[in-house]
Amino acid sequence: MAVAQSFAVSIENMSFRYPDNDDPSFTNLNLQIPKGTRFGLFGPNGAGKTTLMNLMTGVLTADEGAIKLLGYTAGGQDKKVNKLFGFVPQDFSFYQELSPAENLEFFGAWAGLNKTEITNRTNELLHILGLDDVRNKAVEKFSGGMKRRVNLAIGVIHNPQVLFLDEPTVGVDVQTRHAIINYLHTLNKNGTTLIYTSHQLSEAEDLCEQIAMIDEGKIITQGHINDLLKEHKHDSLEELFINLTGKAYRN
Amino acid sequence: MFKLWVSIKKDIRILLRDKVGISLMFVMPIILVVVVTSIQNSTFQLVNKNKLPILICNMDTGKSGVQLIESIDKIGMFKVSQIPKGHEKTISDDMHSQDALLGIVIPANFSAEVNAKAKSASDKAMAAFSGQADTVKNTIKKETSGIGPLTLYYNPVLQESLRFSIQGAIRSALQLVQTRETLRTLYYSSNEKELPKSLENEMLNSNTTINMLPVSKDGTRNTPNASQHNVPAWTIFAMFFVIMSLGGSVVREKVSGSFIRLKTLPTNYLVGLLSKQVTYLGVTLLQAVVIFSIGIWLFPYIGLPALNLPQDIFALFIVTLVCGWCAVSYAICVGVFAQTQEQANGFGAISIVILACIGGLMVPSFAMQGLAKTLSNFSPMHWCLQAYYSLFLEGAQLKDVLNNIGSLFIITVIIQFLTYLGLKRKNLI
Repeated sequence: MAVAQSFAVSIENMSFRYPDNDDPSFTNLNLQIPKGTRFGLFGPNGAGKTTLMNLMTGVLTADEGAIKLLGYTAGGQDKKVNKLFGFVPQDFSFYQELSPAENLEFFGAWAGLNKTEITNRTNELLHILGLDDVRNKAVEKFSGGMKRRVNLAIGVIHNPQVLFLDEPTVGVDVQTRHAIINYLHTLNKNGTTLIYTSHQLSEAEDLCEQIAMIDEGKIITQGHINDLLKEHKHDSLEELFINLTGKAYRN
Repeated sequence: MFKLWVSIKKDIRILLRDKVGISLMFVMPIILVVVVTSIQNSTFQLVNKNKLPILICNMDTGKSGVQLIESIDKIGMFKVSQIPKGHEKTISDDMHSQDALLGIVIPANFSAEVNAKAKSASDKAMAAFSGQADTVKNTIKKETSGIGPLTLYYNPVLQESLRFSIQGAIRSALQLVQTRETLRTLYYSSNEKELPKSLENEMLNSNTTINMLPVSKDGTRNTPNASQHNVPAWTIFAMFFVIMSLGGSVVREKVSGSFIRLKTLPTNYLVGLLSKQVTYLGVTLLQAVVIFSIGIWLFPYIGLPALNLPQDIFALFIVTLVCGWCAVSYAICVGVFAQTQEQANGFGAISIVILACIGGLMVPSFAMQGLAKTLSNFSPMHWCLQAYYSLFLEGAQLKDVLNNIGSLFIITVIIQFLTYLGLKRKNLI
């Protein structure tokens, strides 16, 4: 049952290990993400960003501890919570053989919308994301940037309260990145909590208010961007990132 | 229901845009049915209508050799060609050059041996009539021993069952020649005059004729043809061949990002699997309709016997429905357990061929022995085929195939349960 609280996500003493790995990905992790924020989750390759996002969205199940999403247990039997959040995975998570409109119809229905709601939201989103002209063309013929926009549109078709974005702008041109970031700002102004990961730290500075940096399954720093930069005496997020995680290659 | 309907629409759209998948599910099975039925029909025609070419080299100078050739010709299943004396050593070469499947060399002393045997048998009979059987016993034994064998050459392509039929036919021709000679000798010994032709014919040709009638459950006497045998069998194969599209589709969805997103939505993945079952069940029914239609309407135009549908169409529909459901369930099960599309397609294709083999599609299950016969019970195709054969060949009704449908249903439920376990184990539901 949901309880009134001010966190979009609350993680308490969470531990997780992949079945085929000896070392745990996370041990006793704690993290709170306030409602209505634009929250960035950063770390080097293999730090556990995508794993953490999969745990928060219920794609993976924690071995120990609790993950609450708007007060509901993430990944539990109660599927009500799944109506409240949206997920934009790093991969193109849709059917490439279908058109944007057909994809939105399918994922909208699975998100619990009725026919009228799907039609209205499809028209609205395709217009906002500049996909009106290609609404009935197979996505497989699209450019990378257009596919990213389709990916985003599907993630927000049901007006989620919390939106998880796993590298939503990877591989797109400046125009598309600009359009996506602007749209995410609009969503946040309308009350949607954004939880975002990326390696584009300059983009993150534009989008995020608060961040957490994770490395080797641990949160190494967390807070408002400006406060962290002042605290660590750096001018940019990239400098802070290098300072905290080092320059060595990560696999 | 709205979610299911939208999911079905999605699966149909993806299916219609998968040209390779459609050709694998429809075009390839149609080609298979036409080709296999044509080949089987040619074999039927070879045995039943066309004559087997046979070369005969008659080394014999007497009348028995000629009579034997006439008798073989009268059997009706051979197209007899004679080659000159002296070719007995090269008869195998002549068979190749003249496309003959069989060759016979009648030995030089054939008539003499037939006469000797006839005389011996006649003497024995006369002795028996006059009560002196023991006195001639040793003499007869001596005279009848040492008859040279007739040599039959055959092309190795002839199957064993056909070779036995040929051997039986030649043996009956040989028996006729020997019996005729024995009768003539016996008659002459008794009456000291030639056996009248009319009496000879009456004695030799008054055999009881054999009427061959197919036994069907509905009392009809339609003779089964190659189409009745092959179309149902290869329709089953086609239905199970949906694994090439459906198994891959399940794996594709599982390994692509779309599955991650599906898991985060407030809908159980079982809706997606149900949608695939409904969609592809429709595909299997359509496959059956298309292939049966080709059998009924196209086959007569390409020189093949037309397919006759069973009288109980409802039973045909039920069997096809359950068979299709089983094929779809099997494809989904393979898709759930396979890690990659290559695994699903490779394992799927090979397993279908194995199931077809042990299920009796390649070799009739009544001809199987021991372990193979036991294994055939585990192939869903076996139960489909038995049900189809009962309907198409024996004129059965629904009640007659309930046993087959029940077995098929149980196998399908087991496959569905395995799929459920696989989904649970892989945390997919």
